[in-house]
Amino acid sequence: MAYADDAHHGPQSFWTRYVWSQDHKVIAVQYTIIAILVGLVGVALSNLMRLQLGFPGKFDFIDANRYYQFVTMHGMIMVIYLLTALFLGGFGNYLIPLMVGARDMVFPFLNMLSFWVYFLSVIVLLSSFFVPGGPTGAGWTLYPPQAILPGTPGYDWGIILMLVSLVIFIVAATMGGLNYVTTVLQARTEGMTLLRMPLAVWGIFMATILALLAFPALFVSGVMMLLDRTLGTSFFMPAMVSMGQQLDYKGGSPLLFQHLFWFFGHPEVYIVALPAFGIVSDLVSVHSRKSIFGYRTMVWAILAIGVLSMVVWAHHMFVSGMNPYFGFFFATTTLIIAVPTAIKVYNWVITLWRGDIHFTVPMLFAIAFISTFVIGGLTGLFLGNVSVDIPLSNTYFVVAHFHMVMGVSPILVVFGGIYHWYPKVTGRMLNDTLGQVHFWITFIGTYAIFFPMHYLGVLGMPRRYYAYDNYSFIPESAHTMNMYISIAAFVVAAAQLLFVFNLAWSLRRGRAAGSNPWRAASLEWQTPQTPPEHGNWGPHLPVVYRWAYAYSVPDAPEDFIAQNAPPEAGGHEPEPHASQGVVA
Amino acid sequence: MAIAIALVVLVVASVLFHFLSPWWATPLASNWKQMDDTLTITLVITGLFFVVINLLVGFIVWRYRHRDGHRAAYQPENPTMELWLVVLTAVGIMALLAPGLIVYADYVRPPRDAMVMEVVGQQWQWAFRFPGKSGRLGTSDARFVTASNPLGLNPDDPHGQDNVIVVGPEVHLPLNRPIKVLLRSKDVLHDFYVPPIRARMNMVPGMVTSFWFTPTQVGKFDILCAQLCGVGHYNMRGHVVVENQAAFDAWLAKQPTFALTMAKTAPPMAAGTAATPETSAASGADLVEQGRALAQSKGCVACHSVDGKPGVGPTWKGLFGSTQTFADGSSAPVDDAFLKTEISDPHARLVKGFGPLMPQLPVTDAELAALSAYIRSLGTGAAATPQAGK
Repeated sequence: MAYADDAHHGPQSFWTRYVWSQDHKVIAVQYTIIAILVGLVGVALSNLMRLQLGFPGKFDFIDANRYYQFVTMHGMIMVIYLLTALFLGGFGNYLIPLMVGARDMVFPFLNMLSFWVYFLSVIVLLSSFFVPGGPTGAGWTLYPPQAILPGTPGYDWGIILMLVSLVIFIVAATMGGLNYVTTVLQARTEGMTLLRMPLAVWGIFMATILALLAFPALFVSGVMMLLDRTLGTSFFMPAMVSMGQQLDYKGGSPLLFQHLFWFFGHPEVYIVALPAFGIVSDLVSVHSRKSIFGYRTMVWAILAIGVLSMVVWAHHMFVSGMNPYFGFFFATTTLIIAVPTAIKVYNWVITLWRGDIHFTVPMLFAIAFISTFVIGGLTGLFLGNVSVDIPLSNTYFVVAHFHMVMGVSPILVVFGGIYHWYPKVTGRMLNDTLGQVHFWITFIGTYAIFFPMHYLGVLGMPRRYYAYDNYSFIPESAHTMNMYISIAAFVVAAAQLLFVFNLAWSLRRGRAAGSNPWRAASLEWQTPQTPPEHGNWGPHLPVVYRWAYAYSVPDAPEDFIAQNAPPEAGGHEPEPHASQGVVA
Repeated sequence: MAIAIALVVLVVASVLFHFLSPWWATPLASNWKQMDDTLTITLVITGLFFVVINLLVGFIVWRYRHRDGHRAAYQPENPTMELWLVVLTAVGIMALLAPGLIVYADYVRPPRDAMVMEVVGQQWQWAFRFPGKSGRLGTSDARFVTASNPLGLNPDDPHGQDNVIVVGPEVHLPLNRPIKVLLRSKDVLHDFYVPPIRARMNMVPGMVTSFWFTPTQVGKFDILCAQLCGVGHYNMRGHVVVENQAAFDAWLAKQPTFALTMAKTAPPMAAGTAATPETSAASGADLVEQGRALAQSKGCVACHSVDGKPGVGPTWKGLFGSTQTFADGSSAPVDDAFLKTEISDPHARLVKGFGPLMPQLPVTDAELAALSAYIRSLGTGAAATPQAGK
């Protein structure tokens, strides 16, 4: 193939090498940098919200309009432009070709285009801060009719830019996604069977398939809402009286939007969670020097979660006014998904059991992930179980739940992953002391922020409230708690600057890493150069003889055996027949 | 090592937090004790799981921390154990799901003899309707909504004529009678949420949604909107007064019927309960008090604060007597005439920095006078200028 020739003479000029690059590693870094930058905007927005919630009325510039704009932009940025982009565009791009032994993505030009289209979507999104009326304040769910009617900030320009940006983002995600799926299926090196792939690749692979299936629902609902807003169609707009005026809309269904949105929105949770599951499996295994427990079960669990995630969406709509009998079905499917998810948790814990656990920074983040994911997953059992959900719906319990399960947990994995693979990307280690400080503040801080929110939610405090004064059931102590939560949020946000500083500082000053500092078995650590050069593997592609988890194999001279070590080194994956009866 | 201690401390702190926390569900005021029970079941099962997993991880990372010369065990899988874990988890999940679904089966089937109450939402206020003597609610549609027919009832539907209309934030309900709540919205999504009642449902324009409950405690409870409905969302206030049947009947009898509100063509009853001003007797403090009640019942306070806090619209504190600049650059002092123009035709001139959001509400001259008096009473701030002395 063409890229085999390129391997010896990669792009030479600065522009083709770092800007218009078609190298998956450069594109991954580009994706990561933009996602982190826009993520910092998202963190800043959350702190502005917390300023108002913790100290209501003390900051004049945060009026109700701005507050709702902060809420909305924070949510959308974190879910889509940070987490989705970072896991698929960042980790996916970097890890897939290196982990499966490919020279690059199958469609390098499309890959480059994917990044630049993503960049455009971020520009359009952020430009909404500068248009008349400001960005939309409709909440990240953008529910119509409210999103496009007066009474909601940014109903004039902000919502249009938001929808256009989402549509552009989906184009980018689709171009990237087709690439990832094709590369996994077509470009694996000799010996790299599907069931020898690291779980990180499995997680990203399944998440990409979900993205390709789910994003079209958001795409069409975005286009339909744009038409409702600009041309006066009535897809989502029934006959209404807004601010005393009869509107021309007629016959549309606001619930249709909610179905489309959550048909995308729930798989989206797993688009973020599955790569995190995969990556954390690898971190736990490498840093406890132990093969991942129940690899095949883990793969099946990823597949089962992926399939089930497409049929649980309406658990976001138990009190939406849809036919209430749907509640039985969606509560059942939602709780079933807890089984494969719990299996993954067990297997991480059992992997640690009798391991040789090194408390490296990536490992600390992985352990912290298990803890925060357990609490976030368990509160999902409250909200998925329809009659428990009814009183809790749209309260701070929901805010606590989804932040724990798809905010904090995946972000901890992002950090763990970056501390883990930074040496491969740059050839240098991140500073350990800074990493430890960053870890402890982030882990303890996020617990301090979100744990008490569960209780405020059970009390009945609704989410998306600009202020809570004069509600008789909310005691003064709840306001005090809100202040402490805000202070914790400021501290955690400040700690993220340490992380960014570490990323920049270690680029030049970090300790030289060598090619395999964690002594890991998977293929990306076996490249001839670190950082890997264009084409990844030099003249010859690696040949794989075993799975990625040959750690502490009895009688082996070292406590890991690389995937491409000669076959006689041993450490082969368990024979399929041993477990087929369980998982088939 | 530190991480093991941290996990144990987290578990202990979480459990302590749970038992010491002053925040838990509000005292139940409806029949939905079963919902609280399923919450408790879920909390116990998941709480145990949380404690066990975290302590186990804490123990493991302490026990199997790296020590020189030790090597990890090699145990890639254990199909029997994995099968057992699947089965046990599935059983645990069913134990959680079953009670939840049993409660939900009650939730979707309102009792046949339930009393009907309709709740109508709009940005950012509540209105209510009860069937009259005939026991039926007349049909409604957004296109029927006018200033004198704020709930959009079909004027030609005979079943609607005796319906009792309550426009305002306060509604009364009889104790211990099942209520089937029908929900409508005139504009965007809302959610009728009374925390001590537990049951709730979204209000969706273009359709009627419903749920049911039985009030079991006498008292006055906050109504909140729990579905983001625009900038005034957090201020969409109301309250439910639960009282005995006799008191409820007396209250209901004082509310106007639809036929009555339509008969008084120009000035509708509009403001609900005690808020309608008696023009002849109104003077001074009375008028201010009526204005305050009107501002509550018409939902003005959702956007206009009275304590200087920023809101969707200009605050009323210090407003009267100040000079306001309009979007076109012109300006005018705030006096009674200014307020009358702004309230009766809010979109004619916009005060600089505020959007065209204020609904045009039906207001009688008497109500205007009361509102003006109230706003004037708040206008003694530093911003007041000499020409305000009318």
